Amino acid sequence: MATTLSFEPVQAAREVETISRPSLSYWQDAWIRLKANKRALFSLYLVIALLAFTLAGPLLWRVDPAVPDLDQISVPPGAGRAVTVVEERAPWMGVSAPLTPAASGAGTLGAPETLAVAGWATTRAVRLHWSSVPGAAGYRVYRSIFDPEPDGALGLPIADVLNPANVSFEDRLDLKPLLYHYSIAALNAAGEESAAYVSLAVAVTRVITAEEALQKGLVQSIDDAAPGDVLKLPLHPLGTDYLGRDMLARLMHGARVSLFIGIVAPFAFVLLGILYGSVAGFMGGRVDQALMRFADFVVALPFLLFMILFRILFDVQPGDDSIFPMMVAMVLLSWPAAARLVRGQILQIREEGYIGASRLLGAKTNYLVLRHMIPNTMGVILVTLTFAVPSAIFTEAFLSFIGMGVAPPTPSWGSMCNEGLKTMLTTPHELIAPAALISVTVLAFNLLGDGLRDALDARMRSTE
Amino acid sequence: MARYALKRLLQGIVTVWFIATATFFAMHFVPGDPLVNDKAVPPEIRANLEARYGLDKPLPTQYWIYLRNMAKGDFGISFTQQNREVNDIIAEHFKVSATLGILAVVFAAFGGILWGALTALYRNRAPDVIIVMLVILGISVPSFVFAAFGQLGVVKINDWLGFTLFPVAGWGTVQHMIVPSMVLGLGTMAFLTRLMRSSMLEIVNADFVRTARAKGVPATRIFRKHQLRNAILPVITVLGPAIAAITTGGFVVEIVFAIPGLGRYFVQAVQQSDYTVIMGTTVLYGAFLVFMVIAVDLVYGLVDPRVRLE
Repeated sequence: MATTLSFEPVQAAREVETISRPSLSYWQDAWIRLKANKRALFSLYLVIALLAFTLAGPLLWRVDPAVPDLDQISVPPGAGRAVTVVEERAPWMGVSAPLTPAASGAGTLGAPETLAVAGWATTRAVRLHWSSVPGAAGYRVYRSIFDPEPDGALGLPIADVLNPANVSFEDRLDLKPLLYHYSIAALNAAGEESAAYVSLAVAVTRVITAEEALQKGLVQSIDDAAPGDVLKLPLHPLGTDYLGRDMLARLMHGARVSLFIGIVAPFAFVLLGILYGSVAGFMGGRVDQALMRFADFVVALPFLLFMILFRILFDVQPGDDSIFPMMVAMVLLSWPAAARLVRGQILQIREEGYIGASRLLGAKTNYLVLRHMIPNTMGVILVTLTFAVPSAIFTEAFLSFIGMGVAPPTPSWGSMCNEGLKTMLTTPHELIAPAALISVTVLAFNLLGDGLRDALDARMRSTE
Repeated sequence: MARYALKRLLQGIVTVWFIATATFFAMHFVPGDPLVNDKAVPPEIRANLEARYGLDKPLPTQYWIYLRNMAKGDFGISFTQQNREVNDIIAEHFKVSATLGILAVVFAAFGGILWGALTALYRNRAPDVIIVMLVILGISVPSFVFAAFGQLGVVKINDWLGFTLFPVAGWGTVQHMIVPSMVLGLGTMAFLTRLMRSSMLEIVNADFVRTARAKGVPATRIFRKHQLRNAILPVITVLGPAIAAITTGGFVVEIVFAIPGLGRYFVQAVQQSDYTVIMGTTVLYGAFLVFMVIAVDLVYGLVDPRVRLE
C-alpha cells in the first residue's frame, strides 16, 4: 500500500477545561429561560401594567371614585358628554279636551289616535299630550326603554291620569338622556285598561340650568351659560355606574382592594406555610406527623364556608369593611398547601450530600434551614405563590359578589361586578369592565405561573 | 383494601369531629348574642329563651350535648325561624345543592376528559388551539360572570325558540337543572381539560401505545383501551378536591338562578346570625366534602390496580 498512515500522538485536549459560557446562578438561568418564553414574558408585562394601573393610575386620573356625577348616571364609555343650557322650568298647565261620550255604549275602548310631545323633551320634563278616547274614564301612561312593538311589553306604568278631560301628562321621573318609548292606554270607568294603545319614541336631551352649571363648576360665571349653549360635562373614559361615579377611578381604587388581597394574602400564607412546613420537615418523626395531621384537618375545612364564618368571628356587621378579616381568614385557611409542599421539599433536601457536608463543618440547625434548605425550595415556593394569586383574587371577588366581602362604598372588582350584574341588560359596561379586569389579572398570573414553573423547575415542566 | 377503607373512614370521622369542634367554639366566642334583637327582652323571658336553647348550661356541658345530638343526627332548632328544625331546613335544601353539585361534577368530568383527550390527539392543530384558548378563558373568568351570561343565553334561546325550553330561574324539573349545573361545572371542566391534555400528551406516544399500533390494533381501540384509561388517572385524583370546590362554589349559581339550595340559605343564615343553622350547615358540608374525598381515593384504588391502598 502506498498510502502511509501517520500515527501521531494525541495531544492533550485543553478545550475540556475552557468555559464555553459564563457560569450562571440558578436565578440567572431561570431568568434567561423565562425571557425565552414569549407567553410568560407577555404575562409578566401584563402584571406590571396592572400594578402600574393600580399604583400610578390614581395619580394620573385624579377623579374621586366616591363622587357621583348626577348629570351622567350609567353613561356608557365615551358617550354623553354634552349638556344644553335651558331656562328655569316653567309650570305647564297641561292640555284638556272636551269629553266625548262613548259612541256605542259598552264597547271596548280604542287607543288615542295621536300622541305627541309638547315642546322639547328634556331630562327635566317630557310633556306628552294625546287625543281623547270617546268614553274613556282615564288614561294610563307607560314608559319603557325598549320598543313595545314586537310583543306589546309596555314597560313601567308611570302614571294614571284619572281625569278624562285631561289628555296630557308631564313626566319628570328620573329622566335620562335616552330614547324612551311612551305608551298610552285608555281606562274605562271600572279602571280596566284597554288592550289598544298608542306609543311614541321620544329622544330625551340632557339639559341644565345656568345656575346649576355654575354650581357644578361647568362655567366660570352665570353669563357664560346662555340658554341654548352646549356645555361639556366631565369626561368619563369608561363611563359611570348607577350612581354616576366614574368607572375608571372606581376600577383603579377597586384594584387596590382586589390586588392588595390577591397579593398580600398569598404572601402571608405562603410565609406561614414555609415556617410550618420547614419545621415539620426538619424535625421529622412524631412532630412532623402531628403537625401534618393538623394541616390535613385545616385542608378539610370547607373553605368558603369558613371564609364567611370568619366574618361572624370578627363581628363584621353588614356594611362594615371586611378587608382585614378576609385576609386573616384567607391566611388561616390556605397555608397548608404551601406547608405540605415545603415539607416535602425539605424532607428531600435533608438527605442531600451538601447538607451533611455543611453539618460536618459545624453548621447549626438555623443556618442549615435558613441558608440551605429554604433557598433551595424558593423556586417551588415562587411558583406556588404565583398560582395562589389568582385563586385569592377569585375568592375576594366571589365573597364581595355575594355581599360577604368588601362593603360599599369601597369599590372592589367583585362588588363592582355585583352592582353591574343588576343592570346587565341596559348598561352592560358596568359589569364588563370589572369582570374583564378580573379575568385579565387571573389570566396574567396563571400564565406567569406556568412560565415560572417551566423556568424554575425542570422536573415540573409542563408538557406543552 | 378493607383495612385501608376503615382507616380512612375513621380518619374522616375524626376530621368531621374537628370541624364540628372548630365551628362550635368559633360560634361561642363570637362577639354578640344570638338572642339580642331590636326589642328589649325582660330578664325572665331571656332566661326562658336561654333554657329553651340550652344556653344556660356551662360551656363544656353545651359542647357535650352538641356532640351527642350531632352523633344522633340532630342539629337543634333554628334561632330565627320559629319551631323549625335545622334538620328539616337541611333536608329540604341540601338535596337541591347536592343534585346541582353532582350534575356539575359529572358534566365537568365528562367534558374535561373528552376535550382534554381531543386536544392531545389533535395537538397543535385547529381543534387543539381553539379548545386551549377556551380553556384559558374558562379558567380566568369568574363563575358569576358565567352565571350571568348563562342566564342571558337562556333568555335568548327561549326567545329564539318561542317557548320556554330552559326556565330562567328556579328549581324543580330537569330543564331547571341543566343550565345552572353547566355554568357551575364550567370552571372545573376547563381545569380538568388542561390536566387531561397534559396527562394524555405523555401517553400519546408511550411505548405501549407504539407496541399496540405495531401489532395493528385499530386507532379507536388504542384510544379507548390504552390511552384514555391511562391518562384518566390524574383526573380522578383531583376529582375529590374538585367536588369540594364545586359544592362550596354553588352559592353564586344558586343566587343568580334563584335556586333554593343550602349555599344560598347559608349566606342568609350568616346575615341573620342563625347560629344553629350555620353550625349544622358547616358540619354537614364539611362531612360531605371529607367523605367525598375519601370515596374518590377508594375509587382510585379500584380503577388503577397498580395503586396499592395501604
